[in-house]
Amino acid sequence: MVTAANDRISAQPVAALAPGSGLPVTLREVSVSFPTREGERLVALEDLSLDLPAGSVTALIGPNGCGKSTALRVIAGLLAPDRGTVGLDGGAVPHPGDGRVGLVFQQPRLIPWLSTIDNVALPLALARIGPDQRQARAREALGRVGLATAADVRPRDLSGGMAQRAALARALVGDPPLLLLDEPFSALDALTREAFDSELQLLWMERPLTVLLVTHSVSEAVRLADRIVVLTSRPGRVAKTVPVDLPRPRPVALAGDPQAAAIETEVREALAGVRPAELVSWTEGAQ
Amino acid sequence: MNSARLPRTLASLASLAGFLVAWKLVTVLTGTPDYILPAPEVVAERGVRAIASGILWPHLAATLAEVVLGFGAGALAAIAVGLALGKSLVVERALSPYIVAAQAVPILALAPLLDIWFGGGLAARVLVCALIVFFPIAIATMVGIRSTDPQLIELLRSLGATRGDQVRRLEIPSALPVIFGGLRVGVTLAVVGAVVAEWAGASTGLGVLINIADQGLFDTPLMFVALVWLAVIGLVFHGLVVTVERRLVADR
Repeated sequence: MVTAANDRISAQPVAALAPGSGLPVTLREVSVSFPTREGERLVALEDLSLDLPAGSVTALIGPNGCGKSTALRVIAGLLAPDRGTVGLDGGAVPHPGDGRVGLVFQQPRLIPWLSTIDNVALPLALARIGPDQRQARAREALGRVGLATAADVRPRDLSGGMAQRAALARALVGDPPLLLLDEPFSALDALTREAFDSELQLLWMERPLTVLLVTHSVSEAVRLADRIVVLTSRPGRVAKTVPVDLPRPRPVALAGDPQAAAIETEVREALAGVRPAELVSWTEGAQ
Repeated sequence: MNSARLPRTLASLASLAGFLVAWKLVTVLTGTPDYILPAPEVVAERGVRAIASGILWPHLAATLAEVVLGFGAGALAAIAVGLALGKSLVVERALSPYIVAAQAVPILALAPLLDIWFGGGLAARVLVCALIVFFPIAIATMVGIRSTDPQLIELLRSLGATRGDQVRRLEIPSALPVIFGGLRVGVTLAVVGAVVAEWAGASTGLGVLINIADQGLFDTPLMFVALVWLAVIGLVFHGLVVTVERRLVADR
């Protein structure tokens, strides 16, 4: 698998795929708001500044509605911010389909009438890459996520975990230097999720790229991330950045590690400080 | 596959046999004369004679041509317009009042007018057919396009899909089951349209044959022959649409 990966690297622009590379991302004072039915504007993000160093894994964690997914959509170029700048690799604003960003949503979002391999090959088809190369690269991506045997299966015949693997393969098929994961495992059961985390970690160690992981799970964040960014409740701002200096590969039973436990506690305390106002008043009223 | 198909074929044959027996029983039990309700074997015998004498063919051919051309043209136009309606609220606002109004005016009332405007030829009758099939297919296409999963639209956008990609790779395939619902309704309406158009002014067609049999010859069995052929045309074309649908919409 490693040799196959190396073969393919040589055929690609070196800058994007050199081991340990990835694309640095900078968000500077990004604000995003949405119109509401009442004609007002709901501020989802306010002056969010964020740095994703090249080849690092950053976890974005925060209460519901803090704009985690909004931040991810801004970086993916799906949403234009009201104010502020987004820079990929120092300058250029992200542009969907430029091959620099792989995106995995909470739901697999596979196209029901396409086979698994055709779903995985979709980004390449949209990039007008020829069918032979498309098939070969999609097959290789399926192999990387352990779905080689499911190439011709329809999405409806895949389990939830398999479908999400296919979605990951689709995000990786174009070898993007930046991978954005929007709560990718939250719909999976705990065991599948742990296995998934392990595999994602191995995939990343094999070929480090810049990863932004939006998650609700503190333990998942500690297991996967180099840094955990805690966002405040709406509007979202950075409340705290917690570095995670643990050796890799990190095992499933990370909670037994005192250093990991200390990091978890630090993140949980930061999260407790950014609870939404309505939740704070509810818990205090109950006391 | 054969094991699954056999019971279905048997069910179709049994229901046909049951229908013919019930028809025969009604004629026998009520003693209705052939010029009001001919028995099935009388109609069958009249049908064979109509084929042998050759009077059926020009009428059948004319109606077939109207149905095929009218359904084809109407369906193509309807899918194109339905696509525009589905993609653009502005287009829907601008066009839908006219489309609904055209549908609300009975085609029976429009047919003579179209016959005058288009010179009473095949073109006029094809147009009536096309008009009557247009509405259900256009509406089905619009609804189908609109019901595309927004999450899949966002996925395609994230992959840099062009508007054309989005329509071709996502919206049309996703709308196909609904579009085929419209096509099924439309194809049977095409037969209705053909007869209405023929009554508004034509010298051949199964609708004309009904008029001839009724008013000229008092040949009720021949009327039934024409009716049976109209039903057969409807069934065959509906079956063709379903067959194409199964090919295209399988494996969902």
